[in-house]
Amino acid sequence: MLVALATLAPIAQGSGGFVREPDDAATNCVAENTTVCVGWAIDNIDRYVTPTLQHLEMVVLSVVFGFAIAFAMALLSHRRRWLVPGFTGVTGVLYTLPSIALFSLLLPVTGRGTATAVIALTLYTLQIIYRNIVTGLSNVPGEARDAGRGMGMTDRQLLWRVELPLAVPEIVAGLRIATVSTVAIATLAIFAGAGGLGAEIYNNITFKTGIVVCGAIAIAMAIVLDALLFLAQARLVRWRRQTPTVAGPPGRFAGFFRRLLGPIGARP
Amino acid sequence: MTTDAPGEALEVEFREASKRYPGAERLAVERLSLDVPSGEICVLVGPSGCGKTTAMRMANRMVEITEGDVVIGGRSVRERSPSQLRREVGYVIQQIGLFPHRTIADNVATVPRLLGWNRERTAARVEELLALIGLDPELAERYPAQLSGGQQQRVGVARALAANPGVMLMDEPFGAVDPINRERLQNEFLRLQAELGKTILFVTHDIDEAIKMGDRIAIMREGGKLAQYATPAELLMAPADGFVEDFVGADRALKRLALMRVGDVDLWQAPLAHVGQASGEVRRKLVGAEVPYALVIDSERRPLGWLSDADLARETVPARRVASADPILDVGDVMRDALSDLLQAETQYAPVVDGGGRIAGVLSVEIISEFLSSDEALVEEHPAAERPHA
Repeated sequence: MLVALATLAPIAQGSGGFVREPDDAATNCVAENTTVCVGWAIDNIDRYVTPTLQHLEMVVLSVVFGFAIAFAMALLSHRRRWLVPGFTGVTGVLYTLPSIALFSLLLPVTGRGTATAVIALTLYTLQIIYRNIVTGLSNVPGEARDAGRGMGMTDRQLLWRVELPLAVPEIVAGLRIATVSTVAIATLAIFAGAGGLGAEIYNNITFKTGIVVCGAIAIAMAIVLDALLFLAQARLVRWRRQTPTVAGPPGRFAGFFRRLLGPIGARP
Repeated sequence: MTTDAPGEALEVEFREASKRYPGAERLAVERLSLDVPSGEICVLVGPSGCGKTTAMRMANRMVEITEGDVVIGGRSVRERSPSQLRREVGYVIQQIGLFPHRTIADNVATVPRLLGWNRERTAARVEELLALIGLDPELAERYPAQLSGGQQQRVGVARALAANPGVMLMDEPFGAVDPINRERLQNEFLRLQAELGKTILFVTHDIDEAIKMGDRIAIMREGGKLAQYATPAELLMAPADGFVEDFVGADRALKRLALMRVGDVDLWQAPLAHVGQASGEVRRKLVGAEVPYALVIDSERRPLGWLSDADLARETVPARRVASADPILDVGDVMRDALSDLLQAETQYAPVVDGGGRIAGVLSVEIISEFLSSDEALVEEHPAAERPHA
């Protein structure tokens, strides 16, 4: 691992250090570099926009590609159960590869840059997304499947009209885990020669404020993406949050809670 | 199925149909031959693992037939693709099996949509069906989890009826409903069936449900063998063998009472009396009468009450009596309920009236017990149904 780091380090150095702006208190704080310089961070937040967008781009592309590939694999193995152990094994091996090793394996083929990073990150998402789709499909209640078939649905109709809609909660759960973990792993994309928050940290590895700001942005990105997926799921599985109305007369707080939850629970 | 008009009920025939699951040594269903006339309910009943569900599912090819054939309306089920066939055969599955992610209206619209009906026609049909099963139209946009078990069960039936199939398969349709609601849903379904007249294959493990729902009952035993195929009455009176006798239960004599009405037996006659009639006349009638008490009736021949010895000691029949005529039974009452009325009132005799309330005879506990011990006479009344493997 150390050897890998040593050989990769020069590549990363290319991006260059940051320029310290001549400023009063903030400059002193930065020069001392003992604490987090909030004032400096606010003044210089612009410099983090590009790395953040690069980071976001890598995450979104990787999860989208990962989902597309894992989805195709899941459909392929859905009616061919014997494929499942093989697919799980392959994606599992990919998942356990050290990312730095994977980058160095890919570099001679795909060269330095975002492409290499996205390929590696995509491979990492497969295991989680694939397993969740497979689990979701196999958790579809047998009687729903039986009813669909008994009503005269073809395999394809059964899949798209019954099985996949009922698997949505598990599928989205997989996407959420994959997205959050990709936000974290994408910081290592620096070793593939791609930008992003990792490059910003690595290039100024001794600058405490920079590290903290980048870390905070990554956390915020993970939270926001997770929340977006959660909202998407809430819209897609409205049927699941409905509670039986036969339970009895509503309590006196029911109206209050309904109003509170109205914007989420309301139908279009 | 291209019209909304009631689909014509079709005859269902099992012709030596067998099923062997791959790798299984024993047959799941063995050379099953059944003939279900159109418009009748045939109940497949038997202990668990007897192959009754497998047998039923051969009719819509949810289970592929290994040997033999199932013929619906003169056409082999193998002549169509399975999905084609299933859209023409209604299916009410065990545990109801509504799609949890679809609204009630969407659930009911499942088969019409598969058949490519347009929006208006589908919506009209859904509305019609919800009215038929007596479901509040407001519930149409709810999800299954928001409905009670009984409501879900009705929706399951509506969904199976959506494309007006001539044949319906019902796999323990009331199994997921609590016993109190089950009885109501059974009655409701029988009323619906009287209107619709579908040919129905009905699977249950409950012999009482089979007797109640079936026009014919096929009792199956382990190994997918047909033990007896007969009408409920015939099954109770003349079980084909020890297995059927055991399965039907030791109380089969009592179960038989549920199948007949008070008017089906020869009632006794009590001496009749009118208010003001001379007591001596009544006393003379009592000599050697079937019922040792005299019944007072009014001018419309409606029973008023029984005469006691004290009443008869007077000169004429008094207007006020000690013993009331209750319970008064109707010729249309179910015999089991009539017996229960007699026992509850702790009385030996009850007057039976016809539809107009006029006296038709007297039912006694003795008549019922004599009836229960005389099978032969009844077997003649209901000609023996076919009884394979007898």
